Amino acid sequence: MAKSRSIASRVFKDRAFLWACLVATNVAIVVLAVLLISIFWQGWDTLSWKFITSFASRKPSEAGILAPLMGSVWVCTICGLVALPLGVGTAIYLEEFAKRSWFTKIVQTNIMNLAGVPSIVYGILGLTAFARMFGAFGTNVDDAYTIGNEESFFFLRIPFGSSVLAGGLTLMLVILPVVIISTQEALRAVPSSLRSGALALGATPWQTVWGITLPAAIPGIMTGAILSMSRAIGESAPLLVLGGLLLVFNTPTNLMSDFAILPLQIYNWAGRPQDEFHAIAASAIIIQLCVLLFFNGIAVFIRQKLQKPLQ
Amino acid sequence: MQSEPTTPPKPASTQSSFAPGHRADVPSLAGAGSGHATTSMQTAITVRGFSSWYGEFQALKGLDLDIPARHVTAFIGPSGCGKSTFLRWINRMNDTISSARAEGKLDLHGEDLLNRTLDVVDLRRRVGMVFQKPNPFPKSIYDNVAFGPRLHKTYSRAELDELVEQSLRQASIWNEVKDRLHASALSLSGGQQQRLCIARAIAVGPEVLLMDEPCSALDPKSTLAIEELIESLADRYTIVIVTHNMQQAARVSDQTAFFFEGRLIESGNTEMIFTKPRNKQTEDYVTGRFG
Repeated sequence: MAKSRSIASRVFKDRAFLWACLVATNVAIVVLAVLLISIFWQGWDTLSWKFITSFASRKPSEAGILAPLMGSVWVCTICGLVALPLGVGTAIYLEEFAKRSWFTKIVQTNIMNLAGVPSIVYGILGLTAFARMFGAFGTNVDDAYTIGNEESFFFLRIPFGSSVLAGGLTLMLVILPVVIISTQEALRAVPSSLRSGALALGATPWQTVWGITLPAAIPGIMTGAILSMSRAIGESAPLLVLGGLLLVFNTPTNLMSDFAILPLQIYNWAGRPQDEFHAIAASAIIIQLCVLLFFNGIAVFIRQKLQKPLQ
Repeated sequence: MQSEPTTPPKPASTQSSFAPGHRADVPSLAGAGSGHATTSMQTAITVRGFSSWYGEFQALKGLDLDIPARHVTAFIGPSGCGKSTFLRWINRMNDTISSARAEGKLDLHGEDLLNRTLDVVDLRRRVGMVFQKPNPFPKSIYDNVAFGPRLHKTYSRAELDELVEQSLRQASIWNEVKDRLHASALSLSGGQQQRLCIARAIAVGPEVLLMDEPCSALDPKSTLAIEELIESLADRYTIVIVTHNMQQAARVSDQTAFFFEGRLIESGNTEMIFTKPRNKQTEDYVTGRFG
């Protein structure tokens, strides 16, 4: 006969498990709180409008973060505008249209593997493929093709060099696998009865995806987008490979502009011996957090906007 | 519609006009196709020697059947007997399963439904389907009904309003939802959701309505409402209903077909099937001795 389990020991295990979970949650919250408090403590005083609107300087009191701030905004916007359509499109194809074949299996396995590749490898890929274009179109100094000149807003040159476009595309490579995988998960979570319902009304596969599956998957897709954009904003390694630690004294005006980014500027300042630079590094971290919240805010806004008919 | 299980069903008007599909006294109906008597009922769907497979597994074996236009035909039989599979061939929903294939003749008003060049999108507009579990889209009640029509044509606002109201009225749910057309369809009860799904299917103007156990997820009261609805729709649409509920088949259908292990054992007038089945297996099944 099976031995019955004692109530007391089960209740004890239940309590213990609850406490373990609470501790785990609180560790994360406490660490985050300590981090935020120390950053604000260090950086609040030096944070000013002037700090946001000035360029870099040798003197900490005059240095600002306009160039890396705008650089980050440009690079992440390009990254998001390219990665989301590409990633969502790929996921829709793989989940909704592609037949299971050796080809889709290879693509699927590769996407999984790419999600685990260290970002610095993408930096090298971006440098080769976008910045130098395998050397097939001349060098940065001696461009093969140009459209417009450096003053025009549509200025384009091939190869891209260490430009915001090359930077954005490189970050796109970093986040693309994550966007694809999270979109696939979101599409898989849509009940197949909804697809059948639409198909049975005479919807084409495309009408089914556009009218039913995609709207139902939007919350999941946007959650994936938020996570991957957060990663893109914080990435520094691939862009370090691409452009190095640049001292930039202007904001980007077209896709070919040089750029600095916030994480690298923070790294630069934090590495200096003077305390004043540590303080403005903390201020820059606050700005970086704001940029992060801004991009996430856009994604949350889109999610809420598109979710309305569901409520 | 609240007859006891044993009460023989159905309006007298259809009894004389229906000719039994088969003199089926053997399970195998191969070659029985010629046994059809002439009938005053117009045939909507003609099935001859129809077989289908999922990969190597043969799900349906040589069916012969006539489904009359603007009447209710019920498919009964134990689980896995192939009745839902057959239903899904009529609107080619089986196309979504890559291993599914079929042979034989399956015609809707003389048009070959198994033709590879057949436009399944147009077919599914003409042959609507209602599923086992209510599957309203996560949209408003209005948009659920308007989804189908919008797929096929562009409508003015007024035309669409009119069409939505008509469809909801036909599905006997208008009075319950007319004040909250823009509320989420998911806020409706299960029975209301299923009637909404019927309204959604009607809205694209089909000739045939396929219903795959439409009441199996519903409570008795909602089931009754759906059955009354089916009866009211029968003079306009050719309805094919798969059901596990014997009394339901007896209550709502004019004609019944009994499936067993991929074969059509017996088909004919519903009253005949339930009171004087020719086949022993049919008798055992309808009287609840197996199944």
